[in-house]
Amino acid sequence: MEEIANLFQGFAVALQPFNIMVMVVGILLGVIIGVLPGLGGANGVAILLPLTFSMSPTSAIIMLSCIYWGALFGGAITSILFNIPGEPWSVATTFDGHPMAQQGRAGEALTAAFTSSFVGALFAVIMITLVAPLVARFALQFGPAEKFGVYFLAFCSFVGMSKEPPAKTVVSMMIGFALAAVGLDAMTGQLRLTFGSETLLTGFDFLIAVIGLFGIGEILLTMEEGLSFKGRSATINPRVVWQTWKELPRYWVTSLRSCIIGCWLGVTPAGATPASFMSYGVAKRVSKRGRNFGKGEIEGVVAPETAAHAAGTAALLPMLSLGVPGSPTAAVLLGGLLIWGLQPGPMLFIEQKEFVWGLIASMYLGNLVGLLIVLTCVPLLAAILRIPFSIIAPVILVLCAIGAYTVHNSTFDVVLMMVFGVVGYVLKKCNYPLAPLVLAIVLGDKAEEAFRQSLLSSQGSLGIFWSNGLVSSIMALGLIAMFWPLISAGFAHFRPKPAV
Amino acid sequence: MTEDVERTPGAGPSHRAVEIGVAIATIVFALIIIYGSIQAGINWGVEGPRAGFFPFYVGLIILGASVVNLVQIFSGLTKDGLFADWSQLRQVLSVVIPAAIYVALIPWIGIYVASALLIGVFMKWLGGYGWPLVLVISIGVLLVTFVVFERWFLVPLPKGPVEQFLGF
Repeated sequence: MEEIANLFQGFAVALQPFNIMVMVVGILLGVIIGVLPGLGGANGVAILLPLTFSMSPTSAIIMLSCIYWGALFGGAITSILFNIPGEPWSVATTFDGHPMAQQGRAGEALTAAFTSSFVGALFAVIMITLVAPLVARFALQFGPAEKFGVYFLAFCSFVGMSKEPPAKTVVSMMIGFALAAVGLDAMTGQLRLTFGSETLLTGFDFLIAVIGLFGIGEILLTMEEGLSFKGRSATINPRVVWQTWKELPRYWVTSLRSCIIGCWLGVTPAGATPASFMSYGVAKRVSKRGRNFGKGEIEGVVAPETAAHAAGTAALLPMLSLGVPGSPTAAVLLGGLLIWGLQPGPMLFIEQKEFVWGLIASMYLGNLVGLLIVLTCVPLLAAILRIPFSIIAPVILVLCAIGAYTVHNSTFDVVLMMVFGVVGYVLKKCNYPLAPLVLAIVLGDKAEEAFRQSLLSSQGSLGIFWSNGLVSSIMALGLIAMFWPLISAGFAHFRPKPAV
Repeated sequence: MTEDVERTPGAGPSHRAVEIGVAIATIVFALIIIYGSIQAGINWGVEGPRAGFFPFYVGLIILGASVVNLVQIFSGLTKDGLFADWSQLRQVLSVVIPAAIYVALIPWIGIYVASALLIGVFMKWLGGYGWPLVLVISIGVLLVTFVVFERWFLVPLPKGPVEQFLGF
């Protein structure tokens, strides 16, 4: 029960007054970021990351992960009140959440959404507490080939799982790898792909890419849609909360199922969005009241919210234990670890106990604080959304520019951010997924290092990736994940069709 | 370029055309990466695979996948219709152009003054607000960012002649 003792030490770290303050600030910022169009978890964290350079890594990660929880909570507010999903994983919440708000049951829908989010997150944090140390211990025996196998698996599941056409996912991902390769090659110390330019010596920073692609790109998309926020007003009073809470335990089966779906999909990259849709779909099929889904059924809010939050939280499991982030925001957090001088991966659990367990403890506390904050601040947050976009847009632009500048104190980065923004807008409109691009920029160097080290030890033979049971099964899993759409289509083809 | 204008109320570049453009752009990008990798060396040296080894194959994969995308566009697997109509694109450009000017101005007049100008232009031009509100918000944001970054987080941001004149 070493983990329990570690966890209690983690609570001692997370409960230091400064860390509690940082937690509350993080959650508040996160909720605002989640509510505002053009600012999401990933680029919100990216903009604020440079501000944490002077903090201790533990306080910094507590603040940034709390921004992430806050953004997850905030997404539900815009979905329910305004029918605008703040984040892709809140799309499924609009299906029943917004009809409920139209029927004047906004308070009920919001309470259900927040509470389900909390339950999903709690389930995932408990899973992380129990499973992450085991995975990390297991991963300690990984050599370069196995490490590359894990990256391979992560990227293959992107290709197989995303809604976008596979060739586009591959292009987007490989552009990320190519950008990561620009600059100094860490293994040979040689310059590459700089074409004699001095500004390219340091390569492309993923933070600039995140701020541009997700921040500026998102503003352009919002601008194009033309903005008319027609929101429902909402107040949450204790009576509504209490009544909803009395009703919610009835849906414990849905909730548990959504938690499991969320955790399962969350540990693979690109998890939260498919998790929320899948959970909604399953709930609709299984529920006795499934016919009413889409017309304002509270179960239709519980299912996607629980799964999305469970998946969003579970995305930190592979990040902490393997060094492979499960979502773009987790990728930014992972980049933060590198900047603070920590090596993500299994060694964290041995060398940085205080950091890891402080973070895990803060996940329990942060979600609790988050639940209290969103339940009490809904009217205030809804008011933020009523600020006209012609004021919000330039302010967000300014924040993005400041965020991009502070990464390396370079005005060239701000220019680069604009370029990434326009490119992100066009790519997004053409159905190229952006998450794999960002993940590849973050992981590019490490994946390449693992690949080249493996080849070095095998004298260039690719057979190294099939040389033992462990690495072969990881690679095989990767291939299955990549070709999953084909495999499942094949199964469906051979399955006897039900009589009509 | 605009073969399916009749389907939509406004006119604009077709989705297909933009998709083709993006695919060609990714092909060009792939060729640049492949060229750069060959310059850096893609074979094995004494130290093992040389610097261009990994990006070379990355470039090849982009090239292959882009060709697949092009083939799919020409075999009619992409969606029809407009990428966006001109009025939507005008909206987008109304952000891109001021933002580009803003970014270009930062090295010369500093981020604070440029930001206040950007917010002011946006509110006046796109929002149509009166001067008092425009001034209050743009100068207010300027002061708040100044206090937060220079004083609270001690992160110096680029400054221009105005700040120098004021003694910062």
